[in-house]
Amino acid sequence: MSNRLLLATKKGTLIVDRKDGRWTPRSIAHAGMAVSYAARDPRDGKLWACMDNAHWGPALMRSRDDGASWEDASRIVYPKGARYIEQLIPSPEAMEDAGKPITYKPAALMKVWALGFAGNDQPGVIHAGTLPGGLFTTQDGGETWSLNLPLWNHESRGGDLFAGEATSKNQWGGTPAAMAYGEFVPGIHSVVVDPRDSSHIYVAVSCAGVVETRDGGKTWAPCNRGMLNDYLPNKEAEWGHDPHFVTLCPAHPERLWQQNHSGIFTSENGAGNWKRVSQTEQGVHFGFPIAADDKDAKTAWTVPLRSDQERMALDEGLFVARTVDGGESWQTFRKGLPQAHCHDVVYRHALDASGDQVCFGSTTGNLYLSEDRGESWSCLGNNFPPIHSVRFA
Amino acid sequence: MPRVNLTRHLKRFFPAVSEVEEVEGATVREVIAALNVKHPGIALYIVDETERLRRHVNVFVGDAPICDRETQSDRVPPDKDVWILQALSGG
Repeated sequence: MSNRLLLATKKGTLIVDRKDGRWTPRSIAHAGMAVSYAARDPRDGKLWACMDNAHWGPALMRSRDDGASWEDASRIVYPKGARYIEQLIPSPEAMEDAGKPITYKPAALMKVWALGFAGNDQPGVIHAGTLPGGLFTTQDGGETWSLNLPLWNHESRGGDLFAGEATSKNQWGGTPAAMAYGEFVPGIHSVVVDPRDSSHIYVAVSCAGVVETRDGGKTWAPCNRGMLNDYLPNKEAEWGHDPHFVTLCPAHPERLWQQNHSGIFTSENGAGNWKRVSQTEQGVHFGFPIAADDKDAKTAWTVPLRSDQERMALDEGLFVARTVDGGESWQTFRKGLPQAHCHDVVYRHALDASGDQVCFGSTTGNLYLSEDRGESWSCLGNNFPPIHSVRFA
Repeated sequence: MPRVNLTRHLKRFFPAVSEVEEVEGATVREVIAALNVKHPGIALYIVDETERLRRHVNVFVGDAPICDRETQSDRVPPDKDVWILQALSGG
C-alpha cells in the first residue's frame, strides 16, 4: 500500500501523505507555477517535477528529501541545428497552404510532458518526453540531458534535418495540446520502459502513434498494427494515430494498454498488434488516462469522457471503468463519485494504480481515491488547482 | 554602462540578482550575455535555446519594446535603461 501521492497541478506540486489512515495534503511547493508532470524515481526515491513555466521556460526540479526541499536540475535544451518541419494549426487558411514548399523551424523546448525511469540495470538513466516531439535521456541522474537523435532524425519525421532538407515525408502530426504554446507540434507523453530490459522502450506520440526501440534508442520502429484511426480516411494507416496514454503491466510486460483518441486498445504481445476493446454502449471509449494493474495482465482502469468533440463527464456524472478480463468486458463504478452537475475531466497522467489503490485527479481540482481496486471512492479534496498528473510515490 | 532593470520575479530563481544591474553591452543580446556571465543560467530564462526572446517575456530599451525578438540586435544607447519584464499573461 502506498502512503504518498504526488500531484502536478496548474499552481504547483502537491504531496498528499497517508498517516494513521488519513490522507493530508502538505503546503503546495512551487506555488504559482504550473507543473506538467511529477513522479518519484523508484530506484533512489528522488522526486521530480516538470515545471511548465509560461514566462521563464520549462525546467526540471528535483527533491532528494521526500519533497522537503527542491533544487534545480539541469535544463533540457535542444541542440543547435535541431529543426522540425513546420505544421500549421489546422484552419481554412492552413488548408489553402497545402501543397506549398515545406518550411522548417528551429527546435526549442516547449514542455517536458513525461518522464520514464529506467530499471536497476541502468542506474541514473531517465528519459523525458517533450514538446516539440524530442525524447531526451540523461545517463547521470539528470545532470546532463541529450536528445535521442535516431528518433529525432527518424525517416517518419523527414530524416536528418541537421544535415539539410527533408529526405522523406513527415508522418508526425501536431497535437492540439501544443496549441497553448502557439505551435502545432508533436508531443511525447508516454515513455514506457520494459521492466525486464531497460534498452526496450516504447514512446507514444501525439499525433503519430507508438514507436519502439529494442536497442537502447539506437533504432526505432513504429508498432501500430491493429490500431484504428476514426478521423482519417485510411483507418489502418501506419502513422497518424493519437495515443492519449500508453502503459504496461509490470509483471507481464507483453501486455500493454492504450487509451487512444479512437478508443481503448490493448496488446498481448508487446505492441506486436493491438485490439480495440472499447464498450461504447457503456460509454467506455473516449478518455485520456489508463492505468494497468501491477500484477494482473488482464486488469486495467480508465476514466471515460463523453466523446472526442465534447470531452466532458458522461451524463454529468463521474465513473471509473475497470476490466478484469483483458478488455473483453468492463465494469463501471460510481460509488463515492459525484453523479450530478459534475464536469470533471481527467488528464492523461492523472490516473494511477498501485496494488489495490487507484487514484485520479481532475481539471476541476478534485482528487478521488479507491482502496478496493476502483469499486468505491472517497474524495481527498475538492479545492486543489487543476490537476495535471497524479502518481503514487 | 547600461542599467538593466529586472522584474522582481526573476529573484525567485536567482536570489543574488539585483533589481537594477549594471553590465556592459551595446545591444540587448550583449546585455543578456553579460547578465549571464554575472548570473549563470539567467539567459535561458529570458531567451530559449534558439536565442529567441521567450514568448511571455518583454524587453524594453528606454520606453520602447525591442523590435528584434529573434536575435535581440536592438542597440542600447549608453543613456538608456534596459527593462526585462514578465509580459502580461497567465491565468
